[in-house]
Amino acid sequence: MIYFDNSATSFPKPPCVAEAMAKFMNEIGANPGRSGHRLAIESGRIVYSAREAVAELFRMADPMRIVFTSNVTEALNLALNGLLKAGDHVITSSMEHNSMMRPLRCLEQKGIELTVVPCSQQGTLDPGEIESAIRSNTVMIALNHASNVVGTILPIEKIGQIARKHDLLLLVDAAQTAGVLSIDMEKDGIDLLGFTGHKSLYGPMGTGGLLIGERVDLEKFEPIKCGGTGSRSEQEQQPEFLPDKFESGTPNALGLAGLNASVHWILERGVDQIRSHEIQLTQRLLDGLNSISGVSIYGVQHAEQQIATISFNIRDKSPSEIGLRLDEEFGILCRVGLHCSPASHKTIGTFPAGTVRFGLGFFNTADEVDFAIAAIRKLIKEVR
Amino acid sequence: MNESKYAVILVYSTSHVMRIERMLIQQNIECKLIPVPRQLSSDCGLCLRFLLADKEKVVKCLNNVQIEIQGIFEI
Repeated sequence: MIYFDNSATSFPKPPCVAEAMAKFMNEIGANPGRSGHRLAIESGRIVYSAREAVAELFRMADPMRIVFTSNVTEALNLALNGLLKAGDHVITSSMEHNSMMRPLRCLEQKGIELTVVPCSQQGTLDPGEIESAIRSNTVMIALNHASNVVGTILPIEKIGQIARKHDLLLLVDAAQTAGVLSIDMEKDGIDLLGFTGHKSLYGPMGTGGLLIGERVDLEKFEPIKCGGTGSRSEQEQQPEFLPDKFESGTPNALGLAGLNASVHWILERGVDQIRSHEIQLTQRLLDGLNSISGVSIYGVQHAEQQIATISFNIRDKSPSEIGLRLDEEFGILCRVGLHCSPASHKTIGTFPAGTVRFGLGFFNTADEVDFAIAAIRKLIKEVR
Repeated sequence: MNESKYAVILVYSTSHVMRIERMLIQQNIECKLIPVPRQLSSDCGLCLRFLLADKEKVVKCLNNVQIEIQGIFEI
């Protein structure tokens, strides 16, 4: 079996992830931050350790400015719903996942103005077009870091400079890039960064978070859920300090035990080493698919300018048929269709049928890539 | 004879007390997370105990971070 669906969820995980989670369930189990006994302390330490590890990964000086959420969707919803008010103008791109696009479209119904800046058919974005879209009431630029459909990396650092120049907030959806591309909140000019634990951070599902930069006005940032925090229990009002303001209810400490292990695993290896392996695999796959006539590949088709996510189609065959046959006849698991991103597929010209997507990860090998290329070659021969 | 040997830092949140603990350890200041003593009160149930003799160093450390504390109490 070959797992090429890492863009949806990475698999397998480093063994330390399941080990840390089993240890938590079997030996710790207590509620972090709700009591003072030794198991509560141990549980609290694990959650705190995860916070520090994430802060180190994204070079965030203050770990208290990391709010854990259940995934990147919740993180983006928090940033968008918590900060935007009717009359505000937001700029986004035509390559967004629905985790960004749907909350924005929902807010549009409530009086927020939205500009969707078109990307090229390869998924690239001209920062100049972002700057041209700025209006007097623009407050935020909200973008993905890399496309979940074609892998194209957006020029976040340049857009960060534009955001600073015009005093706008930059919200980045790092669902596909956290752990595989180097991200520096300060250097890249990012004010809000949403991440998920279960993709390229190699952690469990149900973990994610929002990093809140120093330029974000906390007084104007409303929580989207309120409740028990284990702090200021004498008050019936939500505490104002971070991270408690945005972290109500018992956290997913089990998941965070796994995320703590996986982020430390990444920090030990280094993002660059992971990236370098993925670049090699990506280029190998691109070269192999390019050598087969009848295969159309989408995106920039350059391993250095994209992440290890490759979308393609085979002449005269539907993506769903290819997906099914890759699974049943070759044991290759991938994702076909629209990948929760109709905007991206409209941009690259593959709406509504979609594409076949191979999402490679750190645990894939060159042999697996070669096997997949040979499988596609066999499927193509049949078409002729 | 009744002189306290220890003091505790009370904060509002477990995340905060964990952050302070990490900082003190980095500065080689001996400390321990303990349940909040009965005569004091704190929500998160946890506070950080340190040697009273280190108070000056601890205060200096706390001034370096933006964490609101409930106070430092001798126990």
